[in-house]
Amino acid sequence: MEYTLFILLLPFLSFLLLGICGKWFSHKLAGLIGTCSLAVVTVLSYWTAVEYFTMPRLADGTFETLVPYNFTWLPFFSENLHFDMGIMLDPISVMMLIVISTVSFMVHIYSFGYMHGERGFQRYYAFLSLFTMSMLGLVVATNIFQMYMFWELVGVSSYLLIGFYFTSPAAIAASKKAFIVTRFADMFFLIGILLYGYYCGTFSFDSPEAMNMVQGGFILPVALGLMFIGGAGKSAMFPLHIWLPDAMEGPTPVSALIHAATMVVAGVYLVARMFPLFIAYAPDTLHIVAWVGAFTAFYAASVACVQSDIKRVLAFSTISQIGFMMVALGVCTAMDPHEGGLGYMASMFHLFTHAMFKACLFLGAGCIIHAVHSNEMSAMGGLRKYMPITHITFGISCLAIAGIPPFSGFFSKDEILTACYQYSPVMGWIMTIIAAMTAFYMFRLYYGIFWGTENKELHAEHTPHEAPLTMTIPLIILAAITCVCGWMPLGDTGFMPFGQFISSDGQAYHIHLDGTVAATSIIFAVAAIVLATIIYRRDRQPIADALAARFSNLHKWAYYRFYMDEVYQFVTHRIIFAHISKPIAWFDRHVVDGFFNFLAWGTNSLSYAIRGFQSGRVQQYALIFFLGVLLVILIMIL
Amino acid sequence: MIHVEYYLIVSAIMMFAGIYGFLTRRSTLAILLSIELMLNSTDLNFAVFNRMLFPEGHEGYFFALFSIAISAAESAIAIAIMINIYRNLRSIQVKHLEKLKW
Repeated sequence: MEYTLFILLLPFLSFLLLGICGKWFSHKLAGLIGTCSLAVVTVLSYWTAVEYFTMPRLADGTFETLVPYNFTWLPFFSENLHFDMGIMLDPISVMMLIVISTVSFMVHIYSFGYMHGERGFQRYYAFLSLFTMSMLGLVVATNIFQMYMFWELVGVSSYLLIGFYFTSPAAIAASKKAFIVTRFADMFFLIGILLYGYYCGTFSFDSPEAMNMVQGGFILPVALGLMFIGGAGKSAMFPLHIWLPDAMEGPTPVSALIHAATMVVAGVYLVARMFPLFIAYAPDTLHIVAWVGAFTAFYAASVACVQSDIKRVLAFSTISQIGFMMVALGVCTAMDPHEGGLGYMASMFHLFTHAMFKACLFLGAGCIIHAVHSNEMSAMGGLRKYMPITHITFGISCLAIAGIPPFSGFFSKDEILTACYQYSPVMGWIMTIIAAMTAFYMFRLYYGIFWGTENKELHAEHTPHEAPLTMTIPLIILAAITCVCGWMPLGDTGFMPFGQFISSDGQAYHIHLDGTVAATSIIFAVAAIVLATIIYRRDRQPIADALAARFSNLHKWAYYRFYMDEVYQFVTHRIIFAHISKPIAWFDRHVVDGFFNFLAWGTNSLSYAIRGFQSGRVQQYALIFFLGVLLVILIMIL
Repeated sequence: MIHVEYYLIVSAIMMFAGIYGFLTRRSTLAILLSIELMLNSTDLNFAVFNRMLFPEGHEGYFFALFSIAISAAESAIAIAIMINIYRNLRSIQVKHLEKLKW
């Protein structure tokens, strides 16, 4: 599988080419270079997946972990501890290759239409290539340190793309916020890695000999917990979620690629990567992950119910769905998928399906914004007449995220709920209610955009039109994937093949629907959709207005995202800056700088005092020289 | 036969006259003349000591000739520099040459 190297190399080369020479290329050429290299990467990824999953299984029923490349980049002091770079293929990394390359390819095509004529088109494609390269490097990392390196690269490309419209102050502030918040979380990630490396003597994901040394101690749970904080920053878990809604200032295809489908699930991927360690040595940390995920899912769902900016609704829905994935991982209690390890498979399954339908939703939102030139729902309403393709694909994705069979979201969400009920009925009910909220707010969004009150004045002035083909084709492809990827029978692998490839212990797991859970979740989802239909479908929405008036405080709180940004503002400015940073700054300015200023001042005044020696008058020099010679002669004579 | 002391006295007078001139003159041209004076005093010394100490040899004379040639070249360069200084500063007084001071 040596060709896997090209999966990383091609986007990198296209980044270099477009980044350095892009400004001499025409828009079309630059876009074609980026898209073609991505097309090759996609083909290679699919080929890798086909070849990998058709390999004969090992004797114990798992897929072999392949490492086509691995070399030591930086050796540390001790012999075992070294920083390797390489490519590792195992079921989840191959699955991620498919997700990333598919969504990225779709976004590349879509951007042709969406970014048409935009200033900095070449730069945009260069950044997309950089992002794709770093994200692919992250998932195929052979060790935690390589993962960390690509993790930061992903962060930087996200920063660059959020701030793509660098003339808009909001975009600049948003990119800064995203970078600072995730960097803050990454600091804990780094500490976790260093603790792990120091005490276990390795950076690899799994090394049983080293683990035995620290077994029973608190080091490993703490290190894993710190790594989870890093993952929580990237995956926008409460309370580190504040950057993601603001990140929607970036171009919409970027939101689809980075802030919905791929980068934000890096935290989930990290936990899944460290899953054997979590299960074996830190099950309590894993359950903390579950509760953090559940709270985040609930919080984000409740905020999403009242937002009016369609991208923000989608952003909060992303946060909520990532919460679902975290919960699914967190409720695992064992490696065996039949005995409490189901959540691992469910989480990866949901990651896969969510990437597809959420990318479709975001790209659909992009088409809508393209048509009405606004993010606000008040500018929309009644768009189904104008944009049939967007309407249908958006609707399919809404059904998928709401959990209606036979769309993909139903199957993955159902597995998550089953795993939750196995862990504890309380968790199961909480997640079922959040799933119902998901259905509600997604259909509120759907009706708000395509039905509901039409903004006739605006539409008369500027009639909305369907997006060009480059934008609708990716939508159709993603919607088609959403329709089938949950249940598509592949060869002899059964009705829902996902578990055949990916499960917590690596063996083939046959997914079977739990009738009770499935029925409950369908009933809840349908009820929520009906509720949303009643409230939001009509031209006038008396119930919604009455509810908003009745619970005006709650509505206001949710609308302002429970004032989390203000809390951050207060904590950072009033407490940290005022009481910690300012004294430190004073010390730095007056004591540290003062000492060096004193040294500089001393040298300066001494030099000033003796500068008369350098009069610049040749004759004076000669006189002194002459007198000196006389003196030497006198001394020699005497 | 003139005694060697007389030559040395003349040479010493020339030398100190040159040093005095070098230290006190204001014009760079006069300073150059003083330098020539000092060089000539050493040339005289070469010739005298060659004749007194090694009458059969000629090295001292040759050395004096070389020294004269070099001093001619040196004064050519010095005068060229002075011309340039004059073009820039409209003066060749030493006290005006203070651009690089401090």
